[in-house]
Amino acid sequence: MPTPFEYAPAPESRSVVDLASSYGLFIDGEFVDGTGGSLKSINPATEEVLAEVAEASTADVDRAVKAARRAYTRVWSKTSGKDRGKYLFRIARLIQERSRELAVLESLDNGKPIKESRDVDIPLVAAHFFYYAGWADKLEHAGFGPDPRPLGVAAQVIPWNFPMLMLAWKIAPALAAGNTVVLKPAETTPLTALFFADICRQADLPPGVVNIITGAGDTGRALVEHPGVDKVAFTGSTEVGKAIARAVAGTDKKVTLELGGKAANIVFDDAPIDQAVEGIVAGIFFNQGHVCCAGSRLLVQENIADELVARLKRRLSTLRLGDPLDKNTDIGAINSLEQLERIRHLAGVGDDEGAERWTADCDLPPKGYWFAPTVFTGVSQAHRIAREEIFGPVLSVLTFRTPSEAVEKANNSAYGLSAGIWTEKGSRILKVASQMRAGVVWANTFNRFDPTSPFGGYKESGYGREGGRHGLAAYLDVV
Amino acid sequence: MTRSPTNVDVDPGALADATRSDAALRRFLGGLPGVDQVGAEARAAALSTRSIKTTAKAFAIDLAISMIDLTTLQGNDTPGKVRTLCAKARRPDAHDPSVPSTAAVCVYNDLVGLAKAELGDSGVKVAAVTTAFPSGRASMAVKIADTRDAVRQGADEIDMVIDRGAFLSGRYLEVFEEIAAIKELCHEDGADAHLKVILETGELATYDNVRRASWLAMMAGADFIKTSTGKIAPAATLPVTLVMLEACRDWREATGAIIGMKPAGGISTTKDAMKYLVLVNETVGTDWLTPDLFRFGASSLLNDLLLQRQKMASGRYSGPDYVTVD
Amino acid sequence: MASRLEVRKTYKLYIGGAFPRSESARSYEVTDPKGRFLANAALASRKDARDSVVAARKAQPGWAKATAYNRGQVLYRVAEVMEGRRAQFVDEVVASEGLTSRRAEAAVEAAIDRWVWYAGWADKLAQVLGSTNPVAGPYYNFSVPEPTGVVAVVAPQESSLLGLVSVIAPVIVSGNACVALASEDRPLPAITMSEVLATSDVPGGVVNLLTGSVAEVAPWLASHMDVNAIDIAGVDDLGLRTSLEVAAADNLKRVRRPDTDDWTADPGLTRIRSFLETKTVWHPIGV
Repeated sequence: MPTPFEYAPAPESRSVVDLASSYGLFIDGEFVDGTGGSLKSINPATEEVLAEVAEASTADVDRAVKAARRAYTRVWSKTSGKDRGKYLFRIARLIQERSRELAVLESLDNGKPIKESRDVDIPLVAAHFFYYAGWADKLEHAGFGPDPRPLGVAAQVIPWNFPMLMLAWKIAPALAAGNTVVLKPAETTPLTALFFADICRQADLPPGVVNIITGAGDTGRALVEHPGVDKVAFTGSTEVGKAIARAVAGTDKKVTLELGGKAANIVFDDAPIDQAVEGIVAGIFFNQGHVCCAGSRLLVQENIADELVARLKRRLSTLRLGDPLDKNTDIGAINSLEQLERIRHLAGVGDDEGAERWTADCDLPPKGYWFAPTVFTGVSQAHRIAREEIFGPVLSVLTFRTPSEAVEKANNSAYGLSAGIWTEKGSRILKVASQMRAGVVWANTFNRFDPTSPFGGYKESGYGREGGRHGLAAYLDVV
Repeated sequence: MTRSPTNVDVDPGALADATRSDAALRRFLGGLPGVDQVGAEARAAALSTRSIKTTAKAFAIDLAISMIDLTTLQGNDTPGKVRTLCAKARRPDAHDPSVPSTAAVCVYNDLVGLAKAELGDSGVKVAAVTTAFPSGRASMAVKIADTRDAVRQGADEIDMVIDRGAFLSGRYLEVFEEIAAIKELCHEDGADAHLKVILETGELATYDNVRRASWLAMMAGADFIKTSTGKIAPAATLPVTLVMLEACRDWREATGAIIGMKPAGGISTTKDAMKYLVLVNETVGTDWLTPDLFRFGASSLLNDLLLQRQKMASGRYSGPDYVTVD
Repeated sequence: MASRLEVRKTYKLYIGGAFPRSESARSYEVTDPKGRFLANAALASRKDARDSVVAARKAQPGWAKATAYNRGQVLYRVAEVMEGRRAQFVDEVVASEGLTSRRAEAAVEAAIDRWVWYAGWADKLAQVLGSTNPVAGPYYNFSVPEPTGVVAVVAPQESSLLGLVSVIAPVIVSGNACVALASEDRPLPAITMSEVLATSDVPGGVVNLLTGSVAEVAPWLASHMDVNAIDIAGVDDLGLRTSLEVAAADNLKRVRRPDTDDWTADPGLTRIRSFLETKTVWHPIGV
């Protein structure tokens, strides 16, 4: 049987998603027209326009914040924890019921493979709402004193890499703790948030408790700086995170920031090598590397470096890049032209700095934004590709000789979001994990997420935690 | 102590050295990279979400049929049962001559001669289970007699079991020598039987053991490594097959030799078979997508493949009345 | 009896376990609330701040690595040594804050007791603030609190001793090192506090105490890229507070804003928590 075993295309049907040609802002429980301009959200895999969305003006932001304030004062702060929880449980169920629709829409708007939106993003979104639903009437048991209070109105600005999941990370704990929210999704991926608005309506969530306003940087800035917000929660770049920290200086606004990273994925010579290879792949090629906690720096013990890299390249050659809606696609599209150019630029810097580039042999579709899985070897700590967040499917490989050198190199970064450790030696895992200056350490695994598991960074990767009991603190009047 | 990195990337000299003594063999096998259970299972589960449709599926169904070792290993096996099995192996679908034959039939050694006669020059091989299958609990003399008997009756393939007791108690060299001795019998008096070595992974319990036993079998001369007897649960699983395929892949890297792989037991649906083929495709590559190098040890799988084949040809779902019971 | 001529104390900075004068060789006059001369204190410069950060950074890993049991004992030892110099502290608090000796005694006692309170927390924090997290998968997952690193502290201006202890102890109990800027106008109890720290097993560099101008020194601490967090409890001026927060954003320091003047209240865990990171570790569960 010498014919090759080629998988025929297995595209998920997009007919489950009923997209309107344009969307307004979701304020006070209804969709209203914005007073600003509009933005086009495009499918990065085809460059087709999916829908037009409003670009909220300062006046629109003001309107949304006032709606949230009204809802907080008149309704939500008087709603019992028990009932807040029940609304969140309803939302969680609605997400499960509409999971295929949301997954397909997420892949259309973001470019991520359907197998990720279907098996990772959307299930985690539902799980997050389920988890925080249960906290709403148990806050006095969360370890923050007998009567923790909500903060009021939360301004939430989220990124494009996990649009719906980041929405869940923000909205679920905020509502559970008793806050109302104004959330701005990223300008390139606003659509699932707008569908979420519809889910809020289906759940009969009181108007104004959740407001979704679309727009770009100016809208986000106006929201963060609005004097009527009590809390700012942001996930995105360290640069914008710093700007937010400056913008709230001297105010009483509470801030949590979940920012960039340049995680070291450390592989010792006694690692379970096949799983380590999988972990490296999951670490940097999951979601096209658009992951703040991506394992973008592979630190491999020098005595197995050649072999590990060879195994890695062999494995990368099996990755399937293409149509995000194809169930067999492993690597989808880069979210935007702007991001693609940034990745290309930094990869070019890697070439210029003398690192050796290897790219998986795969055909890139003629339309859309694509970047083949890429590995740079011969990278040193001084190279920009070892220090700057590329936020794309580009891995930098560095070597080390001893555990202490690995730790030193791993921590030698302004970031401190995550780290990976691969070794079969338990005591070494515990030692190295304790030495990592990073908020999440994956040992013999990578890029795992769970609503019960606190997530967030050290140093310039931000402050505050999302997920778990710790995640409640961000939305309560406690430190 | 950390593992010597050369053990990951073995050279032939190291392999020869490794079998000089029990201690050396233990060091060598212990030095193979560990297998993280959760990671291996996650990888196997991820691959099983691959969607195989249309032309790929039609191709894969015929390929899977051609890879089956159609098996009967029961105390109540009779000549009549074996004759029917052979007929089915030669021509799985009586109404459709385009269906390929299975790779082999697999029987106990007393039925080898009968099966050989039934299959004639059909190209369907006869595999015999030996070495006191399934437990392997017999003296070496008995195992030798068992195997020699099967080879003399004309078995094309010998499916031996390893001595799991010896393996689990660390007597690796004993296991090695036993396999090597059986291998010699496969070529005794001009015979040319292929040797499949059954690890009985359900009794080895850990993936680390599965990897070590896979290497041990290949070092001792296995042509195929096989998961299970089918008499112990769990039998074949996707992650166990993944780990064994990885061993085949690494063996090829180390030695250049290509060893076959056979999951057996518990694979009964087309959907299962597709998952295994995906695993092969993505772990060791298309070179292994041939009955010469990959087999399914199964009995009921064949009928499900035939039903699916009929569905693909006719566009409607078929039913059990449209395939033969055995 | 003829009165004996008093031997006056020289008040210095406390950096890396040593008591240097300011590298700038400057000092400033410290008076009591009525304006009477008390002493000259060292007027710390930006270079003293820099040296303090270097000393703190050097000391921090070792302090964090000490067992929690050990850190608790060291903090308790601080209380013991303070108790022995109680009278001196009372005198200085009376002189600095203009309190009656009865109220000064209460403040000193509260300060000593605060060390005892925090000492007891050292080996309980991880249990109270950490967790094992029941993730939906075959992984063991736990979260532990860890010190954020080097913390700059602008101590309260009014409460010269109790305020100072209330902001330093929660920083170091978890394994941070700190650079503290004492009450600008009332620095004398802080200097004596540093003498206690120096003689009570607190490793040099874990606490560094500066005296001088908040407006001059705090901005250098706020902008220092090797400082992980800043407590601006003692910054009363809103303009300065804002500019410190803006500077702190350069490396995303954790900022603890002023939120209380009542240092006698139960401190709770919030100050400890302000200077902790949460680290979450995942590991597969398998055989």
